[in-house]
Amino acid sequence: MSELLDFNLVEASKALKNKEISSLELTKAYLKSISDTSSLGAYLEIVEVKAISMAKESDKKLIDGTARPLEGIPIGIKDMFCTKNIKTTASSKILENFIPTYESTVTQNLWNDGAVILGKLSCDEFAMGSSNETAAKGNVINPWLKNKKMSPGGSSGGSAAAVAARSALAATGTDTGGSIRQPAAFCGITGLKPTYGRCSRWGIVAFSSSLDQAGPLTRTVSDAALMLNSMAGYDQKDSTSANLKMPDLMDYLDKGIKGKKIGIPKEYTQDGISEDIVKFYEKSIGWLRDEGAEIIPVSLPHTKYALPAYYIIAPAEASSNLARYDGVRYGARQEASSLDEMYELTRGNGFGDEVKRRIMIGTYVLSSGYYDAYYLKAQKVRRLIKEDFENVYKKVDYILTPSTPTTSFELGKKQDPLTMYLNDIFTVPASLAGLPGISLPVGLDKSGLPIGIQLIANSFDEAGLISTARVLEMSAGFNFIADGAAK
Amino acid sequence: MNDTSTLKPGHIQGETGIWEMVIGLEIHAQISSKSKLFSGASASFGSEANRNVSLVDAAMPGMLPVINEFCVEQAVKTGLALNAKINNVSVFDRKNYFYADLPQGYQISQFTKPIVGEGEIIVDLDDGEQTTIGIERLHLEQDAGKSLHDQHPTKSYIDLNRTGVALMEIVSKPDIRSPQEAGAYVKKIRSILRYIGACDGNMEEGSLRADCNVSVRKSGEEFGTRCEIKNLNSIRFIIQAIQSEAERQVDILEEGGTIDQETRLFDTSTGETRSMRSKEDAHDYRYFPDPDLLPLEFTESWVQDIKEKLPELPDSLKKRLVKDFGITSYDASILVEEKDYVDFYQQAANGRDGKLTANWMITELFGALKKDNLSFSESPITSENLGELISLISNGTISGKIAKEVFSEMMKSKKSPSEIVKEKGLEQVSDDSEILKLIDQVISDNQDKVNEYLSGKDKLFGFFVGQVMKLSQGKANPGVVNKLLKEKLK
Repeated sequence: MSELLDFNLVEASKALKNKEISSLELTKAYLKSISDTSSLGAYLEIVEVKAISMAKESDKKLIDGTARPLEGIPIGIKDMFCTKNIKTTASSKILENFIPTYESTVTQNLWNDGAVILGKLSCDEFAMGSSNETAAKGNVINPWLKNKKMSPGGSSGGSAAAVAARSALAATGTDTGGSIRQPAAFCGITGLKPTYGRCSRWGIVAFSSSLDQAGPLTRTVSDAALMLNSMAGYDQKDSTSANLKMPDLMDYLDKGIKGKKIGIPKEYTQDGISEDIVKFYEKSIGWLRDEGAEIIPVSLPHTKYALPAYYIIAPAEASSNLARYDGVRYGARQEASSLDEMYELTRGNGFGDEVKRRIMIGTYVLSSGYYDAYYLKAQKVRRLIKEDFENVYKKVDYILTPSTPTTSFELGKKQDPLTMYLNDIFTVPASLAGLPGISLPVGLDKSGLPIGIQLIANSFDEAGLISTARVLEMSAGFNFIADGAAK
Repeated sequence: MNDTSTLKPGHIQGETGIWEMVIGLEIHAQISSKSKLFSGASASFGSEANRNVSLVDAAMPGMLPVINEFCVEQAVKTGLALNAKINNVSVFDRKNYFYADLPQGYQISQFTKPIVGEGEIIVDLDDGEQTTIGIERLHLEQDAGKSLHDQHPTKSYIDLNRTGVALMEIVSKPDIRSPQEAGAYVKKIRSILRYIGACDGNMEEGSLRADCNVSVRKSGEEFGTRCEIKNLNSIRFIIQAIQSEAERQVDILEEGGTIDQETRLFDTSTGETRSMRSKEDAHDYRYFPDPDLLPLEFTESWVQDIKEKLPELPDSLKKRLVKDFGITSYDASILVEEKDYVDFYQQAANGRDGKLTANWMITELFGALKKDNLSFSESPITSENLGELISLISNGTISGKIAKEVFSEMMKSKKSPSEIVKEKGLEQVSDDSEILKLIDQVISDNQDKVNEYLSGKDKLFGFFVGQVMKLSQGKANPGVVNKLLKEKLK
């Protein structure tokens, strides 16, 4: 069965359409691999019966020639996406038994295009975290260096771990400040955060509404292109969704980057980045130059304020978005003798520490008397960061940066919240500016952990992002498989 | 000491002198929209509990609001009718607080950038005077659900049918100086809303309710500390609550106390206000722009289109009624109070005696409806039938006295007046020979009185007219009776 797991998404799709393999055998191979790698803890819910029936349905379509773009492809879904009749918990105790009666727009788009659901993937609670350690059901283990129990990153840690461990051919993630790109970097896979507005947020459990964006986690850049083709699209049910047609990204895989200008921001090479990452960052610059790109040093002067601004805006929105988890209508409820006491007990027991921390920060920065000093100022910083990017995109086409300052770290080696927040230092600016970014693996560090490099494009230029990332991918030739992956 | 009987409305006589009230109103008007402000659920009133609740209203995870364009249009329409500035860019904010009937944990409202800015309206007072009240702003917001605390000994029930229904909050400037003015202001706003169809103005069903901010001061002094009386749902309660609250404040101030800024409730059984929560307990609503919604933006031409489609509003209509129908300004102001009245009036008075129609409508019809406890829409008399009655009076078919008889029959049977006149043979008799017969009869029956009259007792003339009318069962034309009697008794 192992050769079935060797196919990446694009290859599997071709094999399915050529009837070399069936969706049922592919799906069964992945269900077996989920069980073989269950110690990683990537899945919160496995929907075997549904997977098999969807696979059979796909096989019919593959035979009668009505196959859709993702026909028969078994994928995993981050638990932030509401899935009809399938438990959706956002990795939180407060939603531990929540079963939506509706399907998120993004996942519905995937099913409409023929994808097969394997199950729901763990993440940090309400997508708040960078190590997957805040998940109510416990850690997810990175399949790399399996003897050491490394963090898969977060918040889409389950998604990244599953793709790296080959227990899902691809997965969905959500990215608020780096939650797709950072775990993709930690797990040696590709993670793409589209432009804010590209994918509908309808039916995705909200963390920070002005930043949340869905995207794919895949083995390759072409896989990401194929996934995003299906996930993206205008949705009337999301007022912030962009009414713009995205071109077929598969047409942009081999456009090359001759004559394109790549910006290298000086602010992204500060102290504290691991040497190996710097080395591969420089290598990546060289590869792009070799492929005909012009390398241009640029400056994004407000970068250093991005993280503090992010840790005001995101918690502020979260403190309001999470107010609905009050025990009144659904989810966990702690019975009590008064309404206030019921709120206190329900929310006190239902939320984990990191979520509580952010609700408190968010409540504080929105309080009267502090609003101007924190929230309003953070919004001003956000505007300046956006302007930084706008200025740079007058001179260059793409920006190249490391995805993270370090590679994965060991689970349980408790980091304090501030050190943890620094994980997102390279991913947060693009999030604040709403820009599309992709992280792809370019090499391994001395200890054998994957290194991710990030490309950031201008708004709604996912097509160009794919072309450029593909060039980098070919040059890097990253073809390592995690030692903890299913065989 | 001043004589209290000469006190102006809104003035309170205290030990230390006369106090003046300063009042500002926040009117919450439910928009007449089939669906809610941000969800497709029905906004209808009176459904079974929790029937009109969408996933968005119940604040299920991942649900997002989408603005209802019809509601935006109603707000702009209202802004234009209030002579107010329309803000072509406005922003929705979240007002955060926890309550069991607020599923999202926040109400979507407009805080710093409302859809409508400053405006003003003219208010008609009972004494025929007019005053201008400034409008501070109008904004769009969601209504909350309903908590039912009396259904179970230890539990509260929640009905989310009202959750997310579109409200316009119309905030006045603190320009109001008496409870009566406040009542007239609410009446005027309600009338405008009904004219343009933005809100049905039904206070019993809660589609129009007001919060009243009340303070007192000595004339010419700075504004005093105010208290807010929440959720008043009738004009009578608004007037009572303001009066009682102002008196309470005067009592405190006169005893050397100070007013605590607080939110109060009006107890309809005692007619007094009581504290609901103090300023210290006030919520910190942590307003911030709702990131799920884009700023509301529209073009000048869109606003212009709405403006062109606005119906004629009460103030201009009133002027037109006075000019076209020759009625008094007072009658006109009563008729334009409700769009239904004025539509009825215009149909009834069309091509007829406008003054007579106004009298019959205001005195007889309104009086009869009130007596029978009927609303205007339940009137058994249609505008066509009232108009017909006016014609019958004007062309002399029936006398005014008979007309009253016909009118009460119309109230009972809903029949047309000509039908009733025909059935009962109530046509006025104006034929000289017919009337002369009656006069001869009266003269021969009252020969002694005739002699007295002829010997100079002029006052008896009325007696003969009365007798003739009686004999005719009221049908004789009084003018003709007068003329012929005078000739006969010369």
